[in-house]
This record gives sequence, structure tokens and C-alpha cells, in this order.
Amino acid sequence: MSITVLNPGLLTTIQDLGRCGYQKYGVIVSGAMDTYAMRLSNIVIGNEENEAVLEITMVGPVLELQKGTLFSITGADISPTIEGKAVPMNRPIYLKEDCTLKFGACKSGCRSYLAVAGGFDIPIVMDSKSTYLRAQLGGVEGRALKKSDVINIGVKSTISSRIISNLMETKWEDDFVTSSWYVKYYTKRNYKSTVIRVFEDRQFKYISDESINKFFRSEFNIDTKSDRMGYRLSGPKIELKEKLEMISGEVSMGTIQVPPDGNPIILLADKQTAGGYPKIAHVASVDIQRIVQLKPNEKISFKKITLKDAEKLFFQREKYISDIKKSIKLMTM
Amino acid sequence: MEKGEFKIEISQINEFSALIEFGNEINEEINKKIRAFCLYIDEHPFEGLIEYVPYFTSISIIYEPLKIDNYPPFEKVKTILEDMVSNINIASIEEENIVEIPVCYSGEFGPDIEQVAKINNITVDEVIKIHSEGKYLVYMIGFAPGFPYLGGMSEKIAAPRRESPRTAIPAGSVGIAGMQTGVYPIETPGGWQLIGRTPIKLFDLNGEPKSLLKSGDIAKFYPISYDEYLRLKEEK
Repeated sequence: MSITVLNPGLLTTIQDLGRCGYQKYGVIVSGAMDTYAMRLSNIVIGNEENEAVLEITMVGPVLELQKGTLFSITGADISPTIEGKAVPMNRPIYLKEDCTLKFGACKSGCRSYLAVAGGFDIPIVMDSKSTYLRAQLGGVEGRALKKSDVINIGVKSTISSRIISNLMETKWEDDFVTSSWYVKYYTKRNYKSTVIRVFEDRQFKYISDESINKFFRSEFNIDTKSDRMGYRLSGPKIELKEKLEMISGEVSMGTIQVPPDGNPIILLADKQTAGGYPKIAHVASVDIQRIVQLKPNEKISFKKITLKDAEKLFFQREKYISDIKKSIKLMTM
Repeated sequence: MEKGEFKIEISQINEFSALIEFGNEINEEINKKIRAFCLYIDEHPFEGLIEYVPYFTSISIIYEPLKIDNYPPFEKVKTILEDMVSNINIASIEEENIVEIPVCYSGEFGPDIEQVAKINNITVDEVIKIHSEGKYLVYMIGFAPGFPYLGGMSEKIAAPRRESPRTAIPAGSVGIAGMQTGVYPIETPGGWQLIGRTPIKLFDLNGEPKSLLKSGDIAKFYPISYDEYLRLKEEK
């Protein structure tokens, strides 16, 4: 089984949970920007959470899928359709016939994830299938998908096969069948600014008092130069009490850095392995998903929480994911 | 430095990582401690460790919070790391590992070498001589796959970054930025003054190890002719 790319869309890449263990050689982690949506896309079709998926950015691809394919779409709602019929999101979809999957308007979010049962059968480079565009490695030949790419699909898990048998028992509509159950996934549908919870870095103390006020009380705009490496913000300039000489060091996904121009940058999946700008705060890991689903020129503001709060939220999220996994397992017993 | 004598600070960065700081200045002593720690953790990884990343003065430790058998996980990680630090031994560091890197200086590969010579009031040949006579300690690898942060360049060939960065610097380019010298492993934009190019790969996906250099190595450059450059390039 395979998927054929008829049109690649704006930026469609293969991503899993990233390339861990090689940062000491200068190899960035990469991986899905919205790991929450990406994990859910795998879980609802019975894949391992870490299986590689397609990360689709704002403008979706046109894909030819084969009869017998079990897949799911989570994350941004880019109006997926098959033969003109809307494809529901956040649940398994099984194809009775060969189909062409198309996308339309980006109704909410910025990045959509498409998982296929069995995963993509592509080479594993340094323990990961994630695409690292700048170094041209991983994914399909280290690049974004292009027209006429054919990506092979691997072998389905037992849970996937059971999900399919369950779907076969339901009433067949059209060329595809979907489950009545689905998982909840938050996406923003209004134009208000998104509140992002952050906790202070130890270097927070170097920001001027005036800038601290501005940081928590203002709205920031997501710059058009934002990408998988980081989201650049514009708004009030964040100034330090005095100029700091920094030694290149640790940066994580979610670290907020302030370069000399005073415009904060939120580091994301393709962040470099080391950073040399002052770090002021970190995005609570459960809220990274909210940021990466924002498009350029959307607005965010920051709310201060503690690292302890962020940790609690992280464990709650993990509990929720593990509960979903359990109930899917129960349903397919 | 004997066992267990290190003054360090361990702090929590976020939900999934910790930082061990060995000091706050760039020097060989701290680099040695960091290498000794890396050797130790390589041999004694703990349950839940995802990876560690050495920097100039610190090491970040990335872990899987759900695999740490304690809440909050950091408390346990901190205890484990403290224990590791007390066990590391500077004597475990081997003799220096010298890695020689051939460089074809000037010409089309070193478009800025004359500029570097002019800034420092010396000749191009002197720039080559000083650059290739130096011994450079690899402090860390970062920025791009296999990119070494090197210490120990002579200030006689220091030169500020170019005012307008180039949009694409070819892989293998050897450059100078301020008091630093380095080699670009992959094509990337950058503002370094380019003085030459090496035909050998600093990062090889199919090689083992994949990165030619690692933290603690000593890099040395030696001049080669254009013909040698082409020959070595061919061999790769």
C-alpha cells in the first residue's frame, strides 16, 4: 500500500516525535510542531504514538489514497474532503475504494496531521523519520513532499486491524466509513488573542521592570518570518537592565529568547541545539500546541504561571492521553 | 582536580530538562569536567534519560518525566545527577585527540582572506601561517550538524563578521568571526569572513562517528593546494 502525492500543498513534511540523542553532534531534534495533535492522529488509528505522520501547513496537499487505507486527520481544520464530502477529523477513517483526498480553506489552526495505519515505510535516519530540511536528511530525501512522490505504507498493528473490523460493522456511507466516536482537540476559532502560559527562566531577572510589565500586559503579533525553527514576535520591545554577554548554551522547544532588537522569539521544533541570546521564559509544554497552531499575524499574550503549575498541567495532559489509549484498547478488545 | 571536588549547580529548566552548570567562563578546565561527566553518563545512563547536550560551561539533561519514578521528577533527577558528578574523574580523560583538517586557503575558497590580512596589517601568507599553526580546542558541537565551536585562535588574525551576511556559504568553508574560527559543515547563510575550504566532511551521515569532531578534541588545520583539494574531494 502507498500514498501518491498529486499536489504537495504549501509545506508538507514527514515528522515523528523527533530525532533524540544527536543534539551533542549539532543535529537538531525536528519532529512534529504540535506533538499533541500528532500523537492523537496515531492513537486513534492504532499506531504507536511515535509513528511518522504528514505535517501539513495551512495549504493542504492532494493525495491519492488506496482502498483499504485506515487514516486520521488531527490538528488544524483545513477542510479535508473526499469526492466533495467533508472528512471528519480526530477519528479513524477507512477507505472502501481508492480515493483522492483534498484540502480546502484553513478554517482553524495552522498545522494538520495525517497519520496512516502502519505508518510510512521510509528510511530511519539517526533513529527518526523526521524531515530536517536544512541538513536535507530524514523524511523523503530530506525534503518537503513534491508532486508524484509515492510513499509506501507499513504493516498495520493488531489494534488497527480491529478498528477496521469495528468500522466494517457500521453502516457504509459513500467511499469511506468513519467511527461515531472521536477525540477532543482544542482549536481556536475566534480572532481574540491566544493566551499562552509561561514560566520564568532564571535569566528573567535581567529584564527591566518596565519590560516585565509590557511582557505580561501587551499583545504580541506573530511575525510573517516565523517558521518551524521559531515564532518571531513583534510588539513592545523587551529590554534588559543592562547589556549581557552570553555564552552559548541550553535552549529547549518553548524557550523564549530576546535578541538585541528586543523582539522575543519562541523556539520550536527546528530550534538550533544551542542559543546565545538571553532567555526570559519558557512556554508551558502543554501550550506549545496552541502557539504552533497560530498563523502569522495572529496575536498572543502571556500569562505567568510557575514551573510547578506547568508540570502539573503536563501530567494532566499525559493522563488524558493515556486514558484515550486505554479506551481505544477497550473498544477494540 | 580530584574526585568529588566539583562545585556545580543543578537546576530545573522546564518540565523535561535539567541543567548542570560547571562554572561561568569558557576555559579548558571546565571543558575537561564536562567531558569527564559525558564519559560517565555514557557508561551509566539512568532510566528515563533521553539525551544530554554538552555546552561551553554546562550540560543539559533531557529526560522523560513519565519514566522517572518520582513526583516531581526533577527531585529524583537532581539526586541522580549529584551522585554522578561526585563519581566523575578528570583522570578518565584520555590524552588529547588531535584531528588534522586540510584546508585550501585563499583563491575562490577564501574570498575574505585579503580583508582579514588587511585588518590585521599582515600578509595573506601570514594569515595562513598563523591559522594553520594554531591548536584549537573543540569546546562544543552545535549550530549545525558537526559544527565545532573552537577556542584558541590567535588574535593576530581576528576579524569582525561581515556587515552583510552571505545568503549561502558552501559546506566546508573555513572562516573567522571575531576571535573565533570555524568550519561550516553544511551550506548555510552566515556572516563569517571566509579564508579557505576543506574537502573533508565534518558531518557524515553514513560515517561512524557521524561528527568528525567532538567536544574536547584538538583541531589543527594544514594548508593544501587546489589540486590536493580536488584529489581529496574526489576520494570522499
